[in-house]
Parts: sequence; C-alpha cells; structure tokens
Amino acid sequence: MFRLEKRPMPSRVWIVATPVIAVILTMIAGGIMFAILGQDPVEAIRIIFLDPLFDERFASFSRPQLLVKAGPLILIAIGLALGFRAGIWNIGAEGQYIIGAICGAAFGLAFYPSENPLIFPGMVLAGLFGGWAWAMIPAVLRTRFRTNEILVSLLLVYVAEAILASAATGFLRNPDGRGFPGSRNLSQHPGTDNLELVAGTGMHWGVVAAFIAVIFSYVLLNRHLMGYQIKLAGQAPRAAKFAGVNPTRLIVLCLGVSGALAGMAGLFEVAGPAGQISIDFNVGYGFTAIIVAFLGRLHPVGILLAGLLMALTYIGGELAQLMLGIPASAIQAFQGMLLFFLLALDVLSNYRVRIGREVAA
Amino acid sequence: MMGIDPVTLIVALIGASTPILLAAIGELVVEKSGVLNLGVEGMMIVGAVSGFIIAINTGSPWLGFAAGAVGGAGLSLIFALLTQYLLSNQVATGLALTLFGLGLSSLMGEAYTGINPPLTPDLFPQALRDIPVAGPILFGHDLVIYLSILLVAGVWYALHHTRMGLILRAVGESHDAAHALGYKVIRIRICAILFGGACAGLGGAYLSLVRVPSWTEGMTAGAGWIALAIVVFASWKPWRALIGAYLFGGIAALQLRLQAAEINIPVMFLDMSPYLVTIIVLVIISSDRGRAALNAPAALGKVFHASG
Amino acid sequence: MTAPLLEIAGLTKAYPGVVANDTVSFAIRPGEVHALLGENGAGKSTLVKMIYGLVRPDAGSMTLEGAPFTPAEPRAARAAGVAMVFQHFSLFEALNVAENVALGMEDPPRPRDLAQQIREVSETYGLPLDPDRLVGDLSAGERQRVEIIRCLLQDPKLLIMDEPTSVLTPQEVEILFHTLRKLSAEGTAILYISHKLEEIRALCDAATILRLGKVVAECTPREVSAAHMAELMVGKSLAAPARAATPPGAVLLKVTGLSLEPATPFGTPLRHIGMELRAGEILGIGGVAGNGQDELLAALSGEARTTPGTIALEGAQIGALGPNERRRLGLLCAPEERLGHAAAPDMSLTENALLTARLRQGLDRHGFLNWNGAQAYAEQVIAKFDVRTPGAHVAARALSGGNLQKFVIGREIMQAPRVLVVNQPTWGVDASAAADIRQALLDLAQNGAAVICISQDLDELLEISDRFCALNEGRLSAPRPARGLSMEEIGLMLGGAHDMHEADGEVPHVPA
Repeated sequence: MFRLEKRPMPSRVWIVATPVIAVILTMIAGGIMFAILGQDPVEAIRIIFLDPLFDERFASFSRPQLLVKAGPLILIAIGLALGFRAGIWNIGAEGQYIIGAICGAAFGLAFYPSENPLIFPGMVLAGLFGGWAWAMIPAVLRTRFRTNEILVSLLLVYVAEAILASAATGFLRNPDGRGFPGSRNLSQHPGTDNLELVAGTGMHWGVVAAFIAVIFSYVLLNRHLMGYQIKLAGQAPRAAKFAGVNPTRLIVLCLGVSGALAGMAGLFEVAGPAGQISIDFNVGYGFTAIIVAFLGRLHPVGILLAGLLMALTYIGGELAQLMLGIPASAIQAFQGMLLFFLLALDVLSNYRVRIGREVAA
Repeated sequence: MMGIDPVTLIVALIGASTPILLAAIGELVVEKSGVLNLGVEGMMIVGAVSGFIIAINTGSPWLGFAAGAVGGAGLSLIFALLTQYLLSNQVATGLALTLFGLGLSSLMGEAYTGINPPLTPDLFPQALRDIPVAGPILFGHDLVIYLSILLVAGVWYALHHTRMGLILRAVGESHDAAHALGYKVIRIRICAILFGGACAGLGGAYLSLVRVPSWTEGMTAGAGWIALAIVVFASWKPWRALIGAYLFGGIAALQLRLQAAEINIPVMFLDMSPYLVTIIVLVIISSDRGRAALNAPAALGKVFHASG
Repeated sequence: MTAPLLEIAGLTKAYPGVVANDTVSFAIRPGEVHALLGENGAGKSTLVKMIYGLVRPDAGSMTLEGAPFTPAEPRAARAAGVAMVFQHFSLFEALNVAENVALGMEDPPRPRDLAQQIREVSETYGLPLDPDRLVGDLSAGERQRVEIIRCLLQDPKLLIMDEPTSVLTPQEVEILFHTLRKLSAEGTAILYISHKLEEIRALCDAATILRLGKVVAECTPREVSAAHMAELMVGKSLAAPARAATPPGAVLLKVTGLSLEPATPFGTPLRHIGMELRAGEILGIGGVAGNGQDELLAALSGEARTTPGTIALEGAQIGALGPNERRRLGLLCAPEERLGHAAAPDMSLTENALLTARLRQGLDRHGFLNWNGAQAYAEQVIAKFDVRTPGAHVAARALSGGNLQKFVIGREIMQAPRVLVVNQPTWGVDASAAADIRQALLDLAQNGAAVICISQDLDELLEISDRFCALNEGRLSAPRPARGLSMEEIGLMLGGAHDMHEADGEVPHVPA
C-alpha cells in the first residue's frame, strides 16, 4: 500500500513538473485511445503534436493558426484564473464570450457601412462591456442573494446560446444574405475587421490583448495588493476577512474581469477568424480555457504556455481529422484526459507519497 | 391556454422530468456524503450514449438502461479515485468530468446518430391507460418512471430511517468526527459517488432511449446542471427534489407546446425559459437566510485527509 | 492488588521528523482513575489513539484483561470495552443527540428505545440531556455529556477522557468528577488526560507523566505537590510572569450596548455588551467555549460591523469601520484560530506579516507591495519573539503551534497597538512559549497599551489580568478585580453549571 503525507510546504519542483508529466501521460493514454479507434498511435500523436509545427506541407498554414487559437484561450483563461485563485468559480465564460461577440458585432453593424477608424475600438469596448455585464449577473446574485455562481454562470451559457441563435437568425441577420442565417461579414469590411497585424504570424489584436493580459496579471498577482488579496481569499477566506478583504468587492472584481476578457475574446474572434455572428461561431473556447487555466497552474506564464499547447491540440486535431479521419470529438476527450492527469498528479505537489507500511524511524 | 390539453401536458411533464429527477436524486446522495460532483452533465451524457449503443446492439431497452447506469458509474469512478485517493479539488475534477464526458460521448456515438432505438414499452395494459384523465397520468408510463419515484422514496427512507443513511449523513456533516469514530469515510463516499454516477447515467439513457429518442451530440443540453440546481432547490430533501424536477419538467414541456402552438412569444425566450426559471428559483432559495441552510452538508466539497 | 486491566509495554510510534511515542509502558487497574499528564506535543494524543485503534503502533504491545490487544479500528476497541470521550471532532452539529449517540455504538437499539436509554443513563449519572435536541444548539458542557453518555451506554471497562474539563465551568467540573468517581466505584477504569495539575490531584489515583514521547515519571498525585508534577512535565521550572503594578490610565476603549446577531447558524448572539478599558491594564474575559468569544473578537476586530455608537476607541466611534481602518487607529487583534484565521496556512511568514502589518508598517505604496519591507518585518518578529523557523520564507503551517502563535502575537505587538485583543493566546501552545506570550502581553500593558485577553484558561487569566469579567451566552458580566477572586466565584460568574436547574435559566446575579 502507499500512503500520503502532507508536505510542510508545496514542492516547487513538482508544481512545474506535473504539467509536463501530465502531457506525456496524456499522449500515452491518447495513443491507446487512438489504437482502440484503429489508428497507428505513434503516427496520430505525431500528427497532432509535431506536424502542425514542423511538417513542410502544413506548417505554413498551421503555425499562424497557433496564435489565432491560443489568443482567445489565453485571454479567457487569464481572467478565469484570477477568480479560481480567489475561490470564485466562473465557468460560464462561454456565455460571456458569446454575449461579448454579439454586443461588439452589433456596435460595428450599427454604423455599417461606415469605415470610420474609431468603429473597431468601439467594438472592442462594446464586447468588453457585454462580457462584463453578462458576468455581473452571477456576481450580483452571489453577493446580494448568495446564489451559487457556478450554477448561475453555467446556466447563463444556455441563455446566451438562445440569444445567439436569435441574433444570427433575427436581429443581426445579414439583410443582404438572401435569408441565410448569420450576420454581415465583419472581417471583410474595413472598419470592423480584426486583421492579421504581421503577415504569416496569425497575430491579430486579440493576441496582442492576450499578451497584455498576461503581463498585467503577472504584475497584479506578484506585486500588487489586489493580487495578494485574491490569493489570500482563495487560500484562507477567514484570514482574508481578518485582513480587511471585502469579499463582495473581490467577487465583483474577479467575475467582472473574467467576463470582460471573455467578452473581448469573443469580439476579436467574431471580427477576425470567425468573421461573422453565426449560430455556431463559438467553438467552446470558454470551456477549453478552464483546462488552460488549470494546466497553466493559474499562473500567467503557465497559462501562456498552456494556451499555446491547447491551441496545438486543436490544430493537430483538425489535421488528424483530415489525414486519418480521427473524429473531432476525440480531441475534446483528449483535452479532458489531460485535465484528469493534471489533477491526479497535483497531489504530488502538496503530498509526499510513501510506499510500504509505516516504519519506525 | 387554448390548444394545450392539461392531461397530455402532465404526462409529458413527468417524462421530461424523469432524466433530471434521476440525476438529481443521485447527486443528492453524493452531496449528502459531503462530496460535490459537478460532473453530472458528463455522467449523464456518457450514460446516454452507452445506453443507446447497447440498446441498439442488443435490441433490448432494459440492457440499454443498465448500460447507461454502468457508463455513468464508470465515469464517476474516475472522479472518485481522483478526489478521494488523490485528494484533487472537487470543483475542478467535476468540471473535468463534464468536459471529458462530452468529448468521450461524441466519440463513442459517432456511428450512432440518426438511428431509432428499440421501443421502451409502457408498464400497464392498454385498458388501464384508457381510463379518462387518471389513466394516462397514473398508468401511462414505462417502468423507469415508476422506478425513479421508487428511488426517491427509497433514498428518503434510507437517509432518515436506516443506519446506513445516518452514517452517510454523518460523513457528510463532519468527516473528521466520522473518522474518529472509526467510519471508513473514503469507502462510504466512493459508494455514494458511484450511486450518483449510476443514477445520472440512467437518467442520460432515459433521455436517449425514451425522451428524444435518438442520439445526438451534446443532447443533455444542460440537464445535468439543472439537476445540480435542483439539489440546491430541494435543500437536500428527496421529496423536494421530486417537486423541483417536476416543476422544471413542467416548464420544459409547456414551452415546447407553446412553440408548437406558435403562440406570440419569441422562440428565444421560450428556449431560454427553463434555464432562466432555474436561475430564478435558485436565487429565491439561496436568499433564504433561515435554518433551512442547515440541511446543507457541512463538509460539502472539503478534502478529507486522515493525518494519522 | 488486582491484576491490571490494560497493560502497555514498549509502545512506539514515529512520524516523519518526530517520535511521538518512544517505548511507552504503564498499566491501569480496574476501577482506577489513571492520569496521563504531559504538555502539548508530549505524545498523549498519539498514545490514546493507539489504544482506541485509530493509529497503529510501530512497535510494542498492549494487553487487555490478560489477552493481547491490537485494535485495528475504533470499532474493535469499542467491542473490547474501550470507550473514548474526545476533546474535539467527534460530534455532528446538524444531527440530534440520539443520532450522535447511535453513531458511536456498534449495535444501537431502535430510535425510540435508544431515546429511553439515554434518558435513563443521564438520570442515573446526573447528566441531564434531551435526546431530540440538535447538538449544534448545545453548550460545550452539554456536548460533552453527549459523548459521555454515548460511552456509558456501551458499559465500557476503560473510559478514555481527553482534556475533558477544558470546556467546563468549575461547577460543571465538579459534576463531571462526581460522575467519574461513581463510575470508578462501579469498577470502570478511567484514563484521564490533562495538563491541569490540581484537577489530577483531586481526582486521580495514579499518574503517568510523558515528556517528548517518553515516560519520565510515575507518581501518586495525592502524595506529590502540583509544582513537583509541573516540573516533571515541563522538564524545568518556569518563572512566573513578572509584573509591576501600574495605575490605570485614560479610557482607551469603550463598548456600550453592543449586540450582534451571529453570522453562522450555530453561532452565539452578543447581548448588550459593555466595558471600559484603560491604558496600562489587562482585562481578562473568561468563559466556556461557544459563549460568544469568536463573535466578540469579530465585533472588536471589525470583521463584523456593529451599530454606530457602540464601540469607541479613544473617543472616536469605530463601530462602522472595517478591520484595516481600526488597525490604522491602533486597535489590533489576534484571533484564536491560528491556521486559517490569524494566518494563511500555505503562505510564507513574509506574506503572513503583510496580512495585518501592511498599514501600520507602510508595506505598500499605491497598492504596490514592498516585499523586501515585509520580509524585513517578518524577520524582526521572528528575532524578537524567538520564533523557531528556518526563515521567513517558510509556510505558516510548517511551524509548530507555539512558534506560529509567537509569530502571530509578535506581529501585532511589534506594531505598537493602542489596544490589543487576543483570543486564547496560549491554546495548544507548549508551556515555555505560553510563558513568553503572557510576558509579552504584560510588557505591552506596562508600556501603556491596553489588552483584552479572552481565554478559557482561568489560571492564565488570574495570572495576567487586572480585572476579570465573564462571557456567558453572549452576555458580559460586570468586571471585578482579578486579585483575590476564588474559583467558586468565577464559576458562578461563568454561569455555574449549565442547564442543571430547570428554573435557573437566567444568568446568575453577580454582586459587583
């Protein structure tokens, strides 16, 4: 039998090592999964993790995609991680993402066909505001009525999806679209487009925002009182209250920031890579970002790396779908597995594993 | 409202409520043992797909329901191992379970979309079901619906009138005290988690085999989360979970009928109504600062580690 | 001389870095009240956990009634006739008395019969208890009765009691001793764990003294002095804290008509609390656990806001201010729970220094934190208060109870408070750290600050406080000079024996 002994202090080595080991274990378990699906596991893993970056046939297309996909993941995860550290569980980022996109797009389309350069910044602000407002619903319900923010934020995703369906087929539908669902294309119209800033890199304004968020969050968590209070509230809520931390303010702040970032991510996506509001323009970044936040140990730099890795699995997954016919859903299962392994290995940072029966010292 | 027959509405309500009721009663037991498993949605959908696959391949809906329960319990076993032995955070692990379950189920169900499952027969003979009003409401259902009500009664009885139930509540109240008295906290909690997984899986299978009946990706559409909300609504009381589930089922059934009747309400609002109503009910329940909150298991979501 | 009931030979149990029990041997005869005496951390708890089957020994053997005794779990120990009354963690607040009792029994009778049995036993032993009440609503003394009755219903041969009197008023202690003597006369052996010497001298037939996991002495308590036992227990003689009488100064803190509803379902409401605290004095507030101590500290620290006009610090109304604003004005606090309330367990001492000292030590500028300053302050506290730690980078939970408490108290004292409120400053702390902490409080008052010491340790309060008042069911008695107060008088101030007299629901009148 083996048993666990609590470490006096969390092990720094294991905090860094566990995500790496988790990725390796996921590759092995994923390989087994692909073998069950009748694929060559080594080839499948190679196609997912290496070919998008190094295979000449795909790299020129895939490499820029890395930033395109990592951008929203990182942006959302940075916000979520602040809340998770404080013990405030916003798991409805997907809804905030959708509402942000709708608000931002609606702002841009309201001025159509103007090409005024102020429109795009206005759209960003509208997206930010939309996501923030949507996240304020669970925040206010939690602080005023002590309603569980996990359930409310999640249920609001389905409400947001209903609004999205209505937007795509109703109030934002392209009047020139011959009745097809979906808004006007924002990315093909100057003034509302979120274009690649440096050709061939995939870098668009959303990626820039993600990098700024990483730096901002790093400074906040390590140097600023607010970051200290967030960590304190998550680790020891009673001590936080004793230290004068106002829990209401913290909930409003954490949910607000994560909602605003998710809303911005939605706008950048809809004005860039997705191009338009359609019934299913959202591809679950709001949920995958939860995995990114944990994989990155809720640490800004970790989230940056985890976002890139998770983006790679998306791109590699598409490639594997193309080359091997591996279903797209396999990648979702794969990402879920990664989170399992990470959570399972987490125990090593806080506990020592002793093998054998207790022995006298 | 015109065009909506109350009797068929009640029958539909009971059917629409059953998957959520099953999941909720399972989660209620899990939470009473002090564990918060947010993976209900994932367990439900894995139950839905496993039940569907087995029912198609064997032609028996009953084997399908059994497979659904096994599938849900199987997924919950991952949660049990991670949270009970590896002491992982229950909120994060539950979320992981849902994300993984959604992916796994669509992978498993790839080849099964657009097929009709074998029919689940009603329990009582036609003659009984033909009795006006009472017939369809009391006798017009299949075995699983009666089973779900029996399950509520069983859980209520077990929790409040058996030693097993007392021990379960004690573990959920204070794992340290239960451990000090010599109860196997981890073992008891794992059993509760597996029970919850089996119930959620059965609920999922009911969705794919009877309610819809077919398999589509993401078909649970938040039912698992609503089940979680119903547990809170019920203040961890089994009979109130039944009321909560039927209330929700009523709204779901009503809004579908309103959509079909082309009533002058935008579809958007009808679509979101079940979720909005759930949120509103949650707010009402949680704003009650009285001693009702006492029913919440005191150790809910806390990690247990016996230090020696 | 009868044959021993339980014989322990060479029991050893080691944890990483510490040998909790080192070849411990002793024996208990039937009907004997045997004291197990030792400081916090001497290994008493580990030893009884082994007897009760919660922990397995690394080496050594136990013999019960001549047969080898190796309980694999508490159930086995209970089946063999060993019962235990815990100090903490064995009752369920949201369950009722009968359910709590049933959980501690192997084969509980049907609920109705059990309720009847509870009534019978509680009558026989003078421990009144209603089987239908929720445990969360009971006082600390009543909760202990639940545990005792749970044990008695199983006719134990050996009853283990872990620090039973720490939650009782002196009158309740008398009742408990009466029950224990009766049990002992009936042939039940009692293993009585305590560090309160006078109690042991009054009750016990034999004593085994543990220090650092080893048996250092055995004695007959009635035949030796308390001072002698204390020396055996601690290993050296401790100097009584030194104090010089100072005339009280101006009123620093004035509380009038303070009432507060509890924040938790089983909390205690505060009722019309009033007091005046003068510079240079220590006010001791005694009381049994759960009579509003936490709530009073929260009301003073600012964690719970109160109606304006109820709390004034040097003339300024502070009832509506939060913890940090009160700190800025000079009112500092040290709560009872070290890990999780006074300090964040997983954070370093540097981070924990920041927890309360940020404002008064100027450890931030526009919200940006001065980590070097925080570390320097933490190191100052560590040096000044002799906190044993490898450094300020160590997590709070890695420190022993005594060292962390010295850090917590030191962190507040070094900020030069005008008023310091401490709750249970020496709870679970070894004797030498406790002496240091008391001396530090006395020095603080000597230098002109005012101190409120909330404690359940009456000896401690009599030792350091100038005036004494009692907190009972959320009400604070009028203060009395601490010098010359007898235990009997204090007991009455604390509410005497709770719920022992049906007509006596009111707080007893205390002559001023």
